[in-house]
Amino acid sequence: MDKCFHCGDPCLSGSVKHRDKSFCCQGCATVFDILHDNDLSYYYELQDAPGTSPKISEQKYAYLDQQEIIDKLVEFTEDGVQVVSFVIPSMHCSSCIWVLEHLHKLEPNVRKAFVNFPKKSVRITYDSNSLSLRELVELLTRLGYEPNISLDDMDAKKASVDRSLVYKLGIAGFAFGNIMSLSLPDYFDLHDFWLSQFRPLFRYLMFCFSLPVVFYSASDYFINAYKGLRSKVLNIDFPLALGIAVLFIRSTYEVFLDSGSGFFDSLTGLVFFLLLGKFFQQKTYAFLSFERDYKSYFPIAVTLLRRTGEQVEEEQVPVYQLQKGDRILLRNEELLPADAVLIKGDAHIDYSFVTGESQPVHKHSGDKLFAGGRQQGSVLELEITKPVEQSYLTQLWSDEVFSKRRQTNFRTITDSISQRFTIAILLIAVLSTTFWLFYDASKALQVFTAVLIIACPCAIALSAPFTLGNLLRIYGKHEMYLKDAEVIERMAKVDTIVFDKTGTITSNKETKISYHGQPIPKELFPIIVSVLRGSNHPLSRGLYAHLNLEETIALDSFIEHTGKGMEATYQGTIIKIGSASFVGAATTEKEVNKTRVFIKVNGTIYGRYVFQNVYRKGVERLFEALAPNQELMVLSGDNDGEKKYLQTIFPKGTQMYFNQTPTNKLDFIKQLQADGKSVMMVGDGLNDAGALAQSDVGIVVSENVNVFSPACDGILAASQLVQLDKFIALSTRGIQIIKWSFIFSLFYNIIGTSFAVTGNLLPVVAAILMPLSSISIVAFTTFASRLSEKILNKEEKSKHDKSHRLEHATDIILQ
Amino acid sequence: MNIMFLLLGVSLLVALIFLIIFIATVRSGQYDDMYTPSVRMLFEDGTPSDKNATENNKSKTTKNN
Repeated sequence: MDKCFHCGDPCLSGSVKHRDKSFCCQGCATVFDILHDNDLSYYYELQDAPGTSPKISEQKYAYLDQQEIIDKLVEFTEDGVQVVSFVIPSMHCSSCIWVLEHLHKLEPNVRKAFVNFPKKSVRITYDSNSLSLRELVELLTRLGYEPNISLDDMDAKKASVDRSLVYKLGIAGFAFGNIMSLSLPDYFDLHDFWLSQFRPLFRYLMFCFSLPVVFYSASDYFINAYKGLRSKVLNIDFPLALGIAVLFIRSTYEVFLDSGSGFFDSLTGLVFFLLLGKFFQQKTYAFLSFERDYKSYFPIAVTLLRRTGEQVEEEQVPVYQLQKGDRILLRNEELLPADAVLIKGDAHIDYSFVTGESQPVHKHSGDKLFAGGRQQGSVLELEITKPVEQSYLTQLWSDEVFSKRRQTNFRTITDSISQRFTIAILLIAVLSTTFWLFYDASKALQVFTAVLIIACPCAIALSAPFTLGNLLRIYGKHEMYLKDAEVIERMAKVDTIVFDKTGTITSNKETKISYHGQPIPKELFPIIVSVLRGSNHPLSRGLYAHLNLEETIALDSFIEHTGKGMEATYQGTIIKIGSASFVGAATTEKEVNKTRVFIKVNGTIYGRYVFQNVYRKGVERLFEALAPNQELMVLSGDNDGEKKYLQTIFPKGTQMYFNQTPTNKLDFIKQLQADGKSVMMVGDGLNDAGALAQSDVGIVVSENVNVFSPACDGILAASQLVQLDKFIALSTRGIQIIKWSFIFSLFYNIIGTSFAVTGNLLPVVAAILMPLSSISIVAFTTFASRLSEKILNKEEKSKHDKSHRLEHATDIILQ
Repeated sequence: MNIMFLLLGVSLLVALIFLIIFIATVRSGQYDDMYTPSVRMLFEDGTPSDKNATENNKSKTTKNN
């Protein structure tokens, strides 16, 4: 089978031969022409088959002519020049960067296009007098780079990136380095006359360098410690802030009274390492967002039908203005933004955004349609029954889970340890000061400050960020993308895992096709395959790929009845392929919910191909591995048709709930948490969004991580779902590593404190001990977490499974 | 002795200039995208005008398919 020269897809039906190259569709061939005619063929040299097949829909972007919408979308507009940024999900290789940045060759009114590949965005500057936003978007769409424009873009522009941590880190590092070099004479205790006369100057300079570090770089620690105290929590920031404050006050005191060199080097080094840990713990994925809601999926505008007397006018209106009773038009591939009743047309609604189920549902006029469905096929006329915010799906977002900042009560392992630690330190400080007050009162204050300085738990504060930061990267490497480091700690505590069914433990890419009925004679197969080849319907394509026959014949006639089936003749044989009603087959109650394709030849119905969800490979093993440690549950929006089968793959006694609405799911998780459980929700669609937000850890399973996922704590590539038990095991290992390094750093603290309580803490000792402990902790945690990565690498390849499936497939064909 | 003040002043000045440059580069956002520039610099300037070379290369790629 040929591959498309443009996009690399196999050339199935309707393939096009053009300029000695084969293309999978006319769209791809057109893109090739556009590029070729404009001397942009270099595109194909950068990478083989780099393109994406374009989807063209004539009226789709009509709303971009409205000034109100343009104003909200463009970043900048002045003197006929506009700047706009688009996210282009189909951008995937270096050829894409090249062609997008050479857009001005195709359209002279484009002045500049600048790609940010990790974010999959392009920023375009163009002359708005001669090129409208709509024309620009349509140009991109024609090239196969359809920008994603959703309701989300209509909201206020996002706040600019917060880079303050990098500035703070830079300043702390700058001061640390300079202070170290200025302290050198003090370290070696040089009594050289020539240097000694500069000593006060050096020390005042060190003081000056430390000012921005204490008051700018370390400001967060003071703020957090204060916040903690106000809510009566001794968090890790409290001893840190105390240590920094004492270091600064004592050093300043020493310098101004000329009684010593102070601890400015330790002070700035401490802040530098702490900030480095914070920086390391932030692992962000530019192409992912963990904060999406339905607005990222929904369109900005819809086509409203306005009746003025006899005339019906089409008008583009923003979806927010939709009201009950409005009539709208929904075209192929358009998304329904509000609940509605079907008035006219043949509806095949794909609810995969909502439920994860990718097979379109067939609806008749008078049926209720829910917001979030995507029409596949002809134009529909609908009447809105509820405005956008009050629709079945979207009202979920009015739940408080989405508005309040959650997890205020979660205490990280560092915080719970620092509580005990802080009390112990304060106790030691007070005790040793009291001792010195009676023994040698002149040294008492010095000892008090020395204890607080050396006990400053920098090593403890560093172990969690570096361990978790390393783990975040390891998870990322294995296609589990977590929002932040805290998710790992919460994951280690999970005792209940709730699974969604469709799209989560079943695959929505693969379907199992089985044949039921009397055997079809072998000589009929080439005809069936040729009929299927002529249709672009997903079911036909699926069945065509399933039958996998190269042999085709030229049909005498072929008619496709959209949404029903195909009718064809070949040398007197009349063949009909399609739905039950189309071929006139009687259907049994049991199978009514299943997706079927019937085959009828010369008036005899031979049988039907049944499309079934396929459970992901290896889920049985996963459930078996999880069962001893976690309680498993199933929460599905579907009917209980597959309950029997589910019971065989889940451990005995697993609770299963079916026909759950999005709000039901949310409440169910709430109830579990009220019973004291720590819940992980594994889901995929928007209907799980509430449960994902409510749960302690919400994981979204995604076939393609570049496609949007609802708000969650982590995004897991579908192929890695079967590794979930290992991911959880890794998180518990991470917590163990943190505990070990706490013990490790406690040693340093004991050594340091013994110097301090005896009144022997010299700046040089502090200057050695502090970085030494920090660096060894960083080394230990990095080494230990890299070592535990091997938990994930132990993959069990189940070859047996695969060959079994193949046998099964051939069985069906032979039937 | 005066030379010491000069040295100190110069070394501080150099250090400060680097700090300011660092902050300015972070602020300009050039570390936000570490990938695209690495690809962009490998593109040929303009579009390849040598049509023959282009055709040759293309026939090669088709064979590979």
